[in-house]
Amino acid sequence: MRWLWSALALLLGRGRREPIAPSAVERPRIVPREDPSPRAELAVLALLGLATVAAVAFIVVYVLDRLPSQTQLLGLTLGLAFAFLSAALVVTARRLVPVEEVSEPYPEPQPSAEADEIVQILDESGERVTRRRLLKVAAAGAGATLGAALVVPAASLGPVAYPDALRRSPWRRGLRLVDSNGRPIRAGDIEGKSLYTAFPRGASHEELGSPLVVVRVEGTRLDLPDGRDPDLWAPEGIVAYSKICTHAGCAVSLYRTPLYEPTSKSPALVCPCHYSTFDPATGAGVIFGPAGRPLPQLPLEVGADGTLRARGDFSEPVGPSWWGVRRR
Amino acid sequence: MRVAVLLLALLLVVPAAAGAEGASRGRDLFFSRCAECHGADLTGVRADPSRRGAEDKVPAGPPLLGVGELAADFYLRTGYMPLDDAAEQPRRSTPSYSERDLRALVGFIASFGGPRTPDVHPARGSTSVGLKLFVENCAGCHQVVGAGGYVTGAEAVALDDATARQIAQAVRIGPYVMPRFTERQISNRELDSLVRYVLYAQDPRDRGGWSLEHLGPVSEGIVAWLVAGAALLLVARVIGERIR
Repeated sequence: MRWLWSALALLLGRGRREPIAPSAVERPRIVPREDPSPRAELAVLALLGLATVAAVAFIVVYVLDRLPSQTQLLGLTLGLAFAFLSAALVVTARRLVPVEEVSEPYPEPQPSAEADEIVQILDESGERVTRRRLLKVAAAGAGATLGAALVVPAASLGPVAYPDALRRSPWRRGLRLVDSNGRPIRAGDIEGKSLYTAFPRGASHEELGSPLVVVRVEGTRLDLPDGRDPDLWAPEGIVAYSKICTHAGCAVSLYRTPLYEPTSKSPALVCPCHYSTFDPATGAGVIFGPAGRPLPQLPLEVGADGTLRARGDFSEPVGPSWWGVRRR
Repeated sequence: MRVAVLLLALLLVVPAAAGAEGASRGRDLFFSRCAECHGADLTGVRADPSRRGAEDKVPAGPPLLGVGELAADFYLRTGYMPLDDAAEQPRRSTPSYSERDLRALVGFIASFGGPRTPDVHPARGSTSVGLKLFVENCAGCHQVVGAGGYVTGAEAVALDDATARQIAQAVRIGPYVMPRFTERQISNRELDSLVRYVLYAQDPRDRGGWSLEHLGPVSEGIVAWLVAGAALLLVARVIGERIR
């Protein structure tokens, strides 16, 4: 403890005893002579000392690493260190360092020989160009085509250039349905009141046309649109729809399935983004929400080994609707 | 010798009698409190507006034959049952029965057979695997932090108060409009991880410091800007000079 005090006294004492060196040549002073300000110096020293203490505290908290509110203490100590340091700088700037303004008149702008010279250079540079009009046309052509090059990729934003890309899906007749781990899905595995996500075997899961929701609908409720034979589109009551919502392309990941139907809502596939609600029993017709058309349905068949396979492609294009989605 | 035989007989008879007493208690409770909506033969009651029960309500309820200990324990311990109005979504509340009555009722319903609560050991699971499973199967409705949300016409409940057992039970039952998940979809091993993640999400370790009630990154950013902005203005006021 004693050595700490003596070290402090030494530090403070040395600071105070610094003599003013007599300059060799006496010159007239610019900065007016001011008395030394021991109080301000002391304040700066104290603030720097506090900054040091806070920084040390940060290191200690960091090394201990098991205090309650560790993060808050780290922030507090580091913040205090910076605060003390900046306070010390503020006091130094305002109390110890003299403020002296130096101003110099800005020279008036004058027409000079230099400016004339530049004009002359410009004039003479143009003399070499003889086919001025042709150059202008060529430059305009280059500019226009470059502009077009920037605009043309915008065609990819819509189905104009690639009308078939939006209608493509990886599903083909006989393709097996697999789960997210690639295991084939058997018809016997699909239980009522459960939601299954399926993908085409071997195809990318990222492709818009890949993911399916598969559910089992009770036979009595099944009421598919005209032209969809339940034996071809819902074998054993199992239906498969595109998992991509026809509104904004979110994944239809909610299956509202009542444990006891008489006292709660009817079964429905719901998109979590904007609550488009589809009835799986009626070909995923929209019963609520902003979607404008049903979820595309995939015709199914049960293979000899009991696994589910596609019987063909979707009933309509997959994904968010666009202008002309119903045109074919 | 005789005393020993007598003692042995007593040891065998007393628990059996206690079990019988529990079973009759469960049956009595069921008939007085549950049978109106679930049927005296546990086959459920279809709503019939011409037939009104207590408080002029139309009794209706699902059959309970074969729902087993799994569903009975879940619905009674979460306070989902008894339900005032059969058409309403059941909500979490304090259980209506004492532990003894609850056990008796669950025992009675379980005596008709049915699934049992899966054994859950969250400690054996992995939080990251659980997160993956939760995102794939649950987050659509319950949100990734388990804060709950909505499906059209029903509420996906917040998972703040769910216990490990109740999470596992809900996954297998699919209460109200929730889908159920079979062991083929989510195995019991995966269930351990799933439960571990949900328990973690109930009380996540906030490495960033104060959670600010988990308002979300945008609101937290605004708070930071407001606090820091005020501090910066104050400092500018202190060290700056006014323009005259």
